[in-house]
Amino acid sequence: MSKSSTPKSSTSKPSRIKLFIPLFVFALLALVFLQLEKRMISGDYDPSMLPSALIGKPLPAFSLTTLDNADLAIDAIDLNNKAALINVWATWCVSCRVEHAYLNTLAENGITIFGLNYKDDRQKANQWLARLGNPYQLNLFDVDGKLGLNMGVYGAPETYVLDANGIVRYRHVGVVDNKVWQSKILPLGLNWQ
Amino acid sequence: MMLRAYFIAAVLLLSLTGLTSAAYSSGLVNSDSANELKVFSDPEMRQRYYGLIAELRCPKCQNQNLADSDAPIATDLRNELYLLINDNYSDTDILEFMESRYGEFVLYSPPVNSVTAVLWIIPAGLVLLGFAIVAFIVLRNQESDETNNV
Repeated sequence: MSKSSTPKSSTSKPSRIKLFIPLFVFALLALVFLQLEKRMISGDYDPSMLPSALIGKPLPAFSLTTLDNADLAIDAIDLNNKAALINVWATWCVSCRVEHAYLNTLAENGITIFGLNYKDDRQKANQWLARLGNPYQLNLFDVDGKLGLNMGVYGAPETYVLDANGIVRYRHVGVVDNKVWQSKILPLGLNWQ
Repeated sequence: MMLRAYFIAAVLLLSLTGLTSAAYSSGLVNSDSANELKVFSDPEMRQRYYGLIAELRCPKCQNQNLADSDAPIATDLRNELYLLINDNYSDTDILEFMESRYGEFVLYSPPVNSVTAVLWIIPAGLVLLGFAIVAFIVLRNQESDETNNV
């Protein structure tokens, strides 16, 4: 008699093990997803965060006015041989408001922050700075988002870290807070003062 | 017995290839929702525009192309794409323009390299696995058919 025609005797043992295959697969997948979930909760992994194509490169060329002077276009920012943050923000951006207090704290501690006011209204932006404090050395006024597009900005707030030579070393998407500063930006070991 | 094996084989293969091709084609579906009116002087330009907004991925969205997305950045990129096409940029130039700003993420058909290899290997691997399972089932049933017929 062949194996398959006598299911009760010879095939009963291997097929019983086979019954557990879906359970094994489930357990394995559950483990994988649990690990991912853990990393997402701890902030190590965010599937919506894109790696920046600008890392290792200088800022793209631009010619923009600043928030406080609509008549004068500038095409470079002076880093003074120090590392700096470029913070992309707008008054319509809710998370930017959350972030603003921490940017003020960083500025008080001597960190150089430039602003890129992204697709915003000049008057509203100036009112915002007057009311909430101004942590920025200067603010580029990118009303049509052209520089933002060239930098690969896909939503505010975003913060680019420039080293003293003007090379982009890191890009953070979302709110910069003390945790991000301590765990992502400080370890870059840049010269901030 | 044999017939059933071939039926299972067909279903397995169809579902495997169907899954992967559905994933690809879903990125190629054109929906006109919320897309602003674009006027082209040349029908070929229009065709390229619609082809590229289907092929380029919205950076803000996890799985939407520029054609489907209502995100502000998708609108900006569609406008930029329109300008580039009218400036006589080639398709290769345009894809390069987008990739140099938003990375390989924006390409729904990314080049094969160490980072994207897994994207290309998994579908091929699944098809091979399907063939292997089918071969296994067919061979086993052939064997039992023969022994049963004796």
